[in-house]
Amino acid sequence: MTVLSSLDLIVESRRRRGRKYLVLVGLLLLMVIAIFMLTLSVGQSVTPPGEVLRVLLGENVPGASFTVGQLRLPRALLAILAGLSFGLGGVAFQIMLRNPLASPDIIGISSGASAAAVFAIIILSMKGTSVSVLAVAAGLGVALLVYGLSSKNGVAGTRLILVGIAVSAMLESVIAYILSQAPAWNLQEAMRWLTGSLNGAQLGQALPLLLALIVFGGLLLGRTRDLEALRLGDDTAAALGVKVATTRIAIIVGAVGIIASATAVTGPIAFVAFLSGPIAARIVGNSGSLLIPSGLIGSLLVLGGDYVGQFLLPTRYPVGVVTGALGAPYLIFLIVRVNRTGGSL
Amino acid sequence: MGLIVLLGVLLVLSVTVGTREVAWPDIIAALSGGVDGIGQAAVAVRIPRTVLALLAGGALGLAGAIMQGVTRNPLADPGILGVNMGASLAVVVGVAWFGITSAEAYIWTAILGAGASAVFVYTIGSLGRGGATPLKLALAGAATSVAFASMVIAVVLPRADIAGGIRSWQIGGVGGATFERIVPVLPFLAVGFMICFLSARKLNSLALGDDLAAGLGERVAVARAIASLGAILLCGATTAICGPIGFLGLVVPHLCRLLIGVDHRWLLPFSAIGGSCLLLAADVVGRIVARPAELDVGIVTALIGAPFFIWIVRRQRVREL
Repeated sequence: MTVLSSLDLIVESRRRRGRKYLVLVGLLLLMVIAIFMLTLSVGQSVTPPGEVLRVLLGENVPGASFTVGQLRLPRALLAILAGLSFGLGGVAFQIMLRNPLASPDIIGISSGASAAAVFAIIILSMKGTSVSVLAVAAGLGVALLVYGLSSKNGVAGTRLILVGIAVSAMLESVIAYILSQAPAWNLQEAMRWLTGSLNGAQLGQALPLLLALIVFGGLLLGRTRDLEALRLGDDTAAALGVKVATTRIAIIVGAVGIIASATAVTGPIAFVAFLSGPIAARIVGNSGSLLIPSGLIGSLLVLGGDYVGQFLLPTRYPVGVVTGALGAPYLIFLIVRVNRTGGSL
Repeated sequence: MGLIVLLGVLLVLSVTVGTREVAWPDIIAALSGGVDGIGQAAVAVRIPRTVLALLAGGALGLAGAIMQGVTRNPLADPGILGVNMGASLAVVVGVAWFGITSAEAYIWTAILGAGASAVFVYTIGSLGRGGATPLKLALAGAATSVAFASMVIAVVLPRADIAGGIRSWQIGGVGGATFERIVPVLPFLAVGFMICFLSARKLNSLALGDDLAAGLGERVAVARAIASLGAILLCGATTAICGPIGFLGLVVPHLCRLLIGVDHRWLLPFSAIGGSCLLLAADVVGRIVARPAELDVGIVTALIGAPFFIWIVRRQRVREL
C-alpha cells in the first residue's frame, strides 16, 4: 500500500512538473508572438494591429503593405528563426559538454561559420544557399578541430574552452583580414560579420533557414531524451542505454548545422547562443528539457534586441551590439561563479 | 648575440621590403632624409613604422615574460589576460565619452585601463579553490577579453566620427606610425623597461615559490606589485599607439626560455629583443603576403600565436576548474 502511494506521489509530481513545463513554454511562446506583433505594428510609424493582420493574410493594404510586408515582416521572421537556431544550437552544446562556457560562439564555431560566409561572399562572390552550405561545412570542420585538439586523455572542459577561444581568435583575425580586402570598406556589412545584424533582411533568406531549422533542429529534438541523459555524465548515460558516441555526433551535426546556417544569413549574433541556455535553465529549472525553451528565449533575445537597437536607443545599433552588451557582463559573472563554486550549468 | 644580428637584419628588411619595390639608392637617400620621388617617400614612411615595431615588440615581449614570471603561469600574456583589450576599451571610452585628444591623455587612459583590467582579471582568476591556477587565469582573461571587445564595438559604433577606426581598436597594427605619435610614449616605455629589468632578480626568487622567496628575505607582494606595474606601463603605452596586439608576449618568452634557460636576468632582455624581432618579422610578412594591401600585424601575431597557445594548453597537465 505504502509502495503504491509513493509511486502515486511520483507520478503526481511528475505530472505537475510536466504541466508547469507546458505552461512556461506556452508563456514563452506567447511572449515571442507578442513581441513579433509589436515589431510588426510599431516602428518609425504605427500600423494598427488590424491592418497588420490583413497584410499577414495577404491582403493589399495601401501603405501598410510596404512597411509591414516588405520591411518589418522579413526582419522579424528572420529574427525569430535565427534566434531559435542560436538558442537551440547553443544549449545543445552547453548540455552536451556540461559547461555553459562551451557555447558555439565562445569556442569558435560561430566564427568559423562566419569566416566561411565572409570568404564565400567577398572572395568567391557566392550567394544564397551555397554560402550556407559552405558555412555549415566550415562550422563542422572547426567543431572537429577544436574537439580533436582538446582531446588528450579525454576532453577536459577547460582545455576545450581555451582551445576554442584560441581558434576563435585566429578565425576572427581571418574575418578582419577578408573584410579589409573587400572592395569598399562598408561598416554596415562589416558589422554583420563582426557582431551580427538583421539589416537588409529579405523574405527569401528565411526559407532556407527554416529548412535548415527543420532538418537540423529536428535532429536535435529527436535526441532530447539522450541529451537529458548526457547531462548526468557520460558513464551514467551509457548505463541508461544511451549510445554516447553516436548521440554526440548527432548533436554536434545538428547544433553546428543550425548555428552555421543562421550565421550565414545574419552573422554571428553575439552571445545569443551563450545566453539562451542559462536563462532557460533559470526559468524552467528541472521541469523538462531545455531545448525548446532555450530556442524561444533565443528568439526573444534577437527580436527584442533588434527592436531595442532600432528604436529605443538614441542611435541605431545592429542587434549583435545589443545582445553583446547584455552578454559580456554575464560572461564575466559566469566566470566568477564557476570559479567560486567549481560547479557548472 | 645571434639574436641581435637577427634584429639588425630584420630592421633592414623592414625598411627595404614593402608593398612597393624601391631601389637601393632611393632607400639610402631616404634614410639620410631625402623625400624626392615616391620611392623615397615610401621608405620615409617605413622608418617610423620600423621604430614603432621595434619598441612595441620589445615592450610586449618583455611584458609577457614579466607576467609569466609574476603569475608563474605559462599561459600569461598581455593579450590573453585581457590587459591590452582593457587598455583599448579605456581609450575608446575616453575618446567617445570624455573627448580626450592629446597623446598624453591617451597614454594615461590606456595605462589606467590596463592596470584596472589586470587587477580585475587576476581577482576573478584567483577566486575559489586552488587560487590562480594557469587555466583559471587564462580562462578569466580570455573571457574578459571577449567581453571587452564586444563593449568596444558598443561604445564606438554610434560615433560616426570615430567608427571608421573601429578596427584599429580591435586588432593592433603599427601602420600609419609617425614620430609625433611615438615621441610622447617614450618616457613611459623607458620607465617601464627600467622597472622590468630591475625586477629580474626578484622574479628569480619568486620562481622558487612564494614560501622560499619569503624565506630568502623577499617581500613577495611588493616584488609582484612592482614588476606588474612595469609590465602594465609597457602594455598600456604600447596599446595606446598600436591597439591591442595579442599573443606576442606569450610566444616570445617561451622561445627565449628554450634558447637561454630560465634565469630572468637573461630572459628579460632576450624577451625584449626577441619581441622586437618577432613583431618586425610579423610586420614585414604582413606587408608581403597581401600585396598590394597590407595585413595588420595584430592579425599576423594572432595567426602565429594562437596555435602556439593551443600547443601549450595541450602540453600542460590541466587541472579541471
